[in-house]
Amino acid sequence: MSLLLFIEQTLNGLQFGVMLFLMAAGLTLVFGVMGLINLAHGSLYMIGAFAAAAVAGATGSFLLALVASFVCAAFAGVLIEFFVIRRLYDRDHLDQVLATFALILIFSEATRWVFGSFPLFLDKPDWLSGTVMLPFGIEYSLYRLAIIGVGLVVAVGLFWMISKTRIGIRIRAGENDREMIGALGVNISLLYTFVFALGAALAGLAGALVGAIQSVQVGMGEPVLILAFVVIVIGGIGSIKGALIGAILVGLTDTLGRSMLPSFFGLFLEPSSAMSLGASLSSMSIYLLMIGVLLFRPKGLFGGV
Amino acid sequence: MRKETICNAALLFGLLAFPLWAWVTDEPFLITLTTRAIVFAIAGVGLNFALGFGGLVSLGHAAFFGLGGYVMGVLAFHAQTYTSVMDWPFVISGTKSMPIIWLVTIILSAVLAVGIGALSLRTSGVYFIMITLAFAQMLFYFTISWSTYGGEDGLSIYVRNGFPGLNTMDPIQYYAICYVVLLMVLAFVFALSRSSFGLALGASRQNEDRIQAVGQVPFRLYLTAFAISGAITGLSGALFADLNRFVSPTMFSWQTSGEIMVFVILGGVGRVFGPVAGAVLFIVLEHLLGGLSEFWHIYLGAILLGVVLFARGGLYGLIAGREVAHD
Repeated sequence: MSLLLFIEQTLNGLQFGVMLFLMAAGLTLVFGVMGLINLAHGSLYMIGAFAAAAVAGATGSFLLALVASFVCAAFAGVLIEFFVIRRLYDRDHLDQVLATFALILIFSEATRWVFGSFPLFLDKPDWLSGTVMLPFGIEYSLYRLAIIGVGLVVAVGLFWMISKTRIGIRIRAGENDREMIGALGVNISLLYTFVFALGAALAGLAGALVGAIQSVQVGMGEPVLILAFVVIVIGGIGSIKGALIGAILVGLTDTLGRSMLPSFFGLFLEPSSAMSLGASLSSMSIYLLMIGVLLFRPKGLFGGV
Repeated sequence: MRKETICNAALLFGLLAFPLWAWVTDEPFLITLTTRAIVFAIAGVGLNFALGFGGLVSLGHAAFFGLGGYVMGVLAFHAQTYTSVMDWPFVISGTKSMPIIWLVTIILSAVLAVGIGALSLRTSGVYFIMITLAFAQMLFYFTISWSTYGGEDGLSIYVRNGFPGLNTMDPIQYYAICYVVLLMVLAFVFALSRSSFGLALGASRQNEDRIQAVGQVPFRLYLTAFAISGAITGLSGALFADLNRFVSPTMFSWQTSGEIMVFVILGGVGRVFGPVAGAVLFIVLEHLLGGLSEFWHIYLGAILLGVVLFARGGLYGLIAGREVAHD
């Protein structure tokens, strides 16, 4: 495998990781602050993608579509937080899992009802299509590069918000002691709604960004959701830094595993069995990574405080 | 008699009477539908043992359900193509005999559960939920890329596997097999829940520190419970695959794990018969709502949400009162 291909696959892995980070950031924030496990996070991803596809179809503007994905997912987030999630904060995880599983059923079927079972297509805008020349003569898709950029900007923004702003201080305080910051006059339920909506909006944005390179369809959120779970388990639940590092680790492992394992086994096995062994091992690679991490750090890389 | 006992008896009687009625009136579809409910009930009873009695919220029981399915699929596939499963280091040939398939399934599921449990039980709470989910996903993706046994398309078996003295292709006879298996599983779980092991397990769920103080090891209790739970769910997977004469990676999917959990919750967590009621209710809802609208999952979701938010304790909690609290 050539170096050029390796660098290109690394960039692909980075793009995948950054997209996972957008999902995982919301999940880990919601868990860290509210102690809630939210399976319906994948539905918010799907809502973002569908909103973007619908708006792009109607107006033709990709930027408007992105804004729509962000706003719609945030709005859906506020709605479900207000009507359902709010009642689950004091419940055990089993109830949370089931209630959010029920939300997935409702959202998936409702989306199928409105948009039908066929996938929608969201096109990349002209100004982001084509490739860009990187140093060392590497040609790379401009759009994927843009996703990496957006993801990194969001990551920096989140770190800044959590560590420097007043709302970030409140979020961190809420993680530590919910009653105390309530007693200090912070409106806890408003804070929770905000955190939930923020996580939802990021998931929606991720859905829209990925929707332009894959198809937009019902059920697109759940595979990503499970990967995002793997990410936050690896990174340590509640840690934004862990989510970023876990996401990039998972993205790289998955992408590089898929491209490199079959050729690696090809070195000493016959081609057909190398292909099938490589394919099955690479599809399991991130879970093996997770098991490996948990063997040494049962609370994830940055968890356990 | 306690209300719960009456409910249990009514449930078992109903599950005997309804298919017989369907058989007399010649409605094989209804018999098959009830068989599905029974098989799902066994899966739920399995999960309930870990979830309700041990407090282990596993969102990955599809791993065992799917494993059972694939044990049946692989053994029967080799039997119908007259090939061996493996030639080295010793020859294993396929089989079409249900009892052998069940035995292999139970052993392999228990071994898998010990493996998954040993790793997952190092963690708890949300980590446990997500790790069990991840293990099932891992097997899901593995079977998709495992082209020897059909990959994404799954495996079809032409004729249902055999049981000595019975014609398994006859719906009512296959139903009888599943019903007896359910009864045996229920009796086993009931006896286990009353045994010293079951009591220690329940105590450990409620207060780990105390159970440790009296000299029990919670990890061992949990691992044993998880293995038993996995073996039961695996067995139901083999029955399910035989019912459809088809296995596919869908049996490993996370939706399957979610549905098995739904049976347990709809019926009532931590009650031996809870998942039976839950599975029957699920099948009835699927049948009724499915006839009502193509998008019946919306209603199912709404009902489930209602049960979680307002009717904790499930069907049994509503009818027989709240006696067993979960958590």
